[in-house]
Amino acid sequence: MYAFNYHRPASLADAAKLLGGASDGKFIAGGQTLLPTLKNRLASPSDLVDLTGIAELGGISASGGAVSIGAITKHAAVATSADVKKAIPALAKLAGGIGDPQVRNMGTCGGSVANNDPAADYPAAVVGLNATVHTNKRKIAADAFFTGLFETALEEGEIITKIEFPQPKRAGYEKFRNPASRYAMVGVFVAETANGIRVAVTGAGPCVFRHTEMEAALGKSFSPDALKGIKTDPAKMNSDIHGSGEYRAHLVGVVAKRAVQNALG
Amino acid sequence: MANQGIGQAVRRKEDFRFITGQGHYTDDINRPGQLYAVFLRSPHAFAKIRSINTDAARKMPGVVAVYTGKDVAADKVGGLICGWTVKDKQGNPHKAPRHDIIAIDHVRHVGDQVAVVIARSTSEARDACEAIEVDYDVLAPVTDVRSALKPGAPQVHADAPGNLCYDWEFGDKASTDQAFAKAAHVTKIELVNNRLSPNPMEPRSAIGEYDSGTDSTTVYTTSQNPHVIRLILCAFVLGLPEHKVRVIAPDVGGGFGSKIFNYAEETVCVWAARKLKKPVKWTSDRTEAFLTDAHGRDHVTHAELALDKDGKFLGLRVATMANMGAYLSTFASAVPTYLYALLLAGQYTTPAIYAEVKAVFTNTTPVDAYRGAGRPEATYVVERIVEAAARELKMDPAEIRRRNFVPVDAFPYQTPVACVYDSGQYAKALDEAMKMADYANFAKRKAESARKGNLRGIGICAYIEACGIAPSAVVGSLGAGVGLWESAQIRFNATGSVFVYTGSHSHGQGHETTFAQIVSDKLGVPMENIEVVHGDTALVPMGMGTYGSRSLAVGGSAIIRATEKIIDKGKKIAAHLMEASVDDVAYDKGIFSVKGTDKQVPMAQIAFTAYVPHNYPADLEPGLEASAFYDPANFTFPAGVHIAEVEIDSATGVTTIANWVAVDDFGNVINPMIVEGQVHGGIAQGIGQAMLEGVVYDPKSGQLLTASFNDYCMPRADDLPSYKVGMIETPCPHNPLGVKGCGEAGAIAAPAALMNAITDALGTEDINMPATPQNVWRVIQRQNLAAAAE
Repeated sequence: MYAFNYHRPASLADAAKLLGGASDGKFIAGGQTLLPTLKNRLASPSDLVDLTGIAELGGISASGGAVSIGAITKHAAVATSADVKKAIPALAKLAGGIGDPQVRNMGTCGGSVANNDPAADYPAAVVGLNATVHTNKRKIAADAFFTGLFETALEEGEIITKIEFPQPKRAGYEKFRNPASRYAMVGVFVAETANGIRVAVTGAGPCVFRHTEMEAALGKSFSPDALKGIKTDPAKMNSDIHGSGEYRAHLVGVVAKRAVQNALG
Repeated sequence: MANQGIGQAVRRKEDFRFITGQGHYTDDINRPGQLYAVFLRSPHAFAKIRSINTDAARKMPGVVAVYTGKDVAADKVGGLICGWTVKDKQGNPHKAPRHDIIAIDHVRHVGDQVAVVIARSTSEARDACEAIEVDYDVLAPVTDVRSALKPGAPQVHADAPGNLCYDWEFGDKASTDQAFAKAAHVTKIELVNNRLSPNPMEPRSAIGEYDSGTDSTTVYTTSQNPHVIRLILCAFVLGLPEHKVRVIAPDVGGGFGSKIFNYAEETVCVWAARKLKKPVKWTSDRTEAFLTDAHGRDHVTHAELALDKDGKFLGLRVATMANMGAYLSTFASAVPTYLYALLLAGQYTTPAIYAEVKAVFTNTTPVDAYRGAGRPEATYVVERIVEAAARELKMDPAEIRRRNFVPVDAFPYQTPVACVYDSGQYAKALDEAMKMADYANFAKRKAESARKGNLRGIGICAYIEACGIAPSAVVGSLGAGVGLWESAQIRFNATGSVFVYTGSHSHGQGHETTFAQIVSDKLGVPMENIEVVHGDTALVPMGMGTYGSRSLAVGGSAIIRATEKIIDKGKKIAAHLMEASVDDVAYDKGIFSVKGTDKQVPMAQIAFTAYVPHNYPADLEPGLEASAFYDPANFTFPAGVHIAEVEIDSATGVTTIANWVAVDDFGNVINPMIVEGQVHGGIAQGIGQAMLEGVVYDPKSGQLLTASFNDYCMPRADDLPSYKVGMIETPCPHNPLGVKGCGEAGAIAAPAALMNAITDALGTEDINMPATPQNVWRVIQRQNLAAAAE
């Protein structure tokens, strides 16, 4: 780890100001990706601006057919929240399956979404549920938020404040873990929402994506069998020693069926 | 006390300090004025070093010294040695190219050490490492044995032409050829024994410290065998007088073989500490551990089994290519030869066996002994090919084994590959295991799985291993540079408590408990009054350390010999105190008595009398202590049967272990709880090898692709089943405890049992370890097994 300046502001305005004043600053929330990166000397920010002291970024609320999760809410809090479990049980399940207890008690919802790791779970829920990402500057729709490998629509200095998940009619999440890292090698979030079926796939490709062919098929019949025969293009998948493009493409089909089964309960 | 002796499941004495975080590991030790070493490592698998510029690094804050290969050469530091010389088919010694503690002209694997920075803190040393400029002439590397043996392959060492370390043979070629000529059936198999990273929980660490006042050197190090390290450092690498060097291996958090060896980094700490006259510490980080801890296995094997029409084995032919990595590690040469080919008879009466082994240099991390060392590789060959033969002949895999077992009345049994098996009841273990596994009803369970669209398989492994490798004269004749005896010393205190010094070393095995149980049982001293001391060359008599499941069979036997000497002397003191003849003194569990009378003296009184000898035999030395050195008459041969049953999700290729039965014969058991723990841990490592673990190098760049736990898949609790463990106790006839050793058995048995189950489910032998979900899925696709599930 290289030396850096550490700040822990109490307000969003101060956080933005501190980052703006730094030569190469970074926000940190739970630090579950950034801290290992720093420890391995793979990044050398001049300043770290810790967002976990900003009270307005915390908390979970459910009202008006949506669940709002503050950006610095820990995965463990989402997993155990009575509101989330009642409104969107698949989201609670997803949060409870991230990493291990240590990660779940440090890592945050906003941090995961802002980082957009291709193997992270949250992006699947954000896209699958057609959530809205609220920032200190604007609201961003899920479909416009995740733009590529570790890339998002967030601008320099923009801070996620909360994520608003509309309550679906029903939803299911299933993931196939990488045997070594236990990250999602393929994760599929399926939801029947007010505006139709959404199928979001994480882990398999460089960035979370919607599987429109599956959405159309499930729109006709919301059942695992409806997905039979639907192929996923292996060329668009990630490929590594744990899973080739072909294997991941195959798993997208298997995991999606199981996600639908989960949604059906 | 009655329930703490031999055979009792006594709770481990050492666990209190480990569980409460009070263990003292090398990295917990800090010496006054200590400096920190950080190594600059090669980013290339193979390169010539054109130049190294350390000028900027030397000027960095906190930097005390920067050393490169030039400094090593200038100080005439000896290269790291291989302590076992294998002779090839022509009788020529193996090629052991020079292995410098810091690379001088070439780097030969990713992670090879190029320079060391010694600074006041680790972070300052790291900063300075980044300021060192190295100009490399990058060369094309070779990482696998097949490629390395091809003509025109990159040459890892100029003095090992064709990358060949040795081409070795063992067994009778002519009689084996004859056996194949008359065979009714020949089964052939191609096997890869995947390369593994040892990954002990505690990474390697060392502190070198020099005291110029006494010209003495102390080394704190994560070692399984501190005396062997002292011997190698003094006699071969640094040329120091042995009496001026003390090696301390304190609490060590696992080794699995990887901490047997003398490594460059630890040696650099000692060398630098003597140059700088300051303590120098180095602790490996996890990436360095992946890059530099000696790996295990990495064999490519073709094997053929000749059978008669009834499934009786007539002959076995084995050709293996063994990857040595970039340099020959401390005992690397012995692993694919004497620890491998000598076990190819397995539990069977195969009359003719011939093995050829080519050891090969590649641009990879050196390979050496890893839990089982050669014996898992042998068992894997034998038990995979036996299972394959049964399938080809449409015989029950259990029955084909039963027909070929060495029978109970044949011991001691001479195999065609040098070993004389001590004792065993192989068929009994198989019967017991089949009962525990409900083998008879497997077909029902398979049908049930099929109904769910899943595949199910069952696999047997009847393994044998050789532990407590000895006697010294025999291993010497095979090329070992050391003897393989063990030492013990028992030292009573005046108040009746006891120190037990052992030359073996505990790094998870529980010696502090097991050895105390032996002494408690034999000398009648309560467990809490016994302290087992190990791991310090200044305290413990010369000893050979712990590896190859030798500690109890060899080290425990030395302790028994020492207890016998204590009892003999005790009898003389007791006779004097009870005014009887020594011949009339009887001894039983801590009590000396005069035969036929009610006179008795307890051990504690004998100890007190020995140190306060006011009323004492005139011709007897005071004091009560005894040393013993034990050199076994033979190896011990633990054996057993493991049965694995798996269910495979045909949609994903995920294998779930549905059942695991282990029936082991370790001879007499001192502490069944510790033994069962060893079995569990060994199976976990074997399952890891078969389903999860595997070191992967990029064949083009030679980069290590599995350099972190993100990519190297270690077994986790939820990967493992609850084991059913049974024991058969057939005592070893040639050591005083009747024990055989249990540390490696699980890792030896598990891979073949599991792969036999997986190949049974898949209906093909053609899948390599690790049988990851992806690899299994590919076979399912190839075999069209998923059709039912779709």
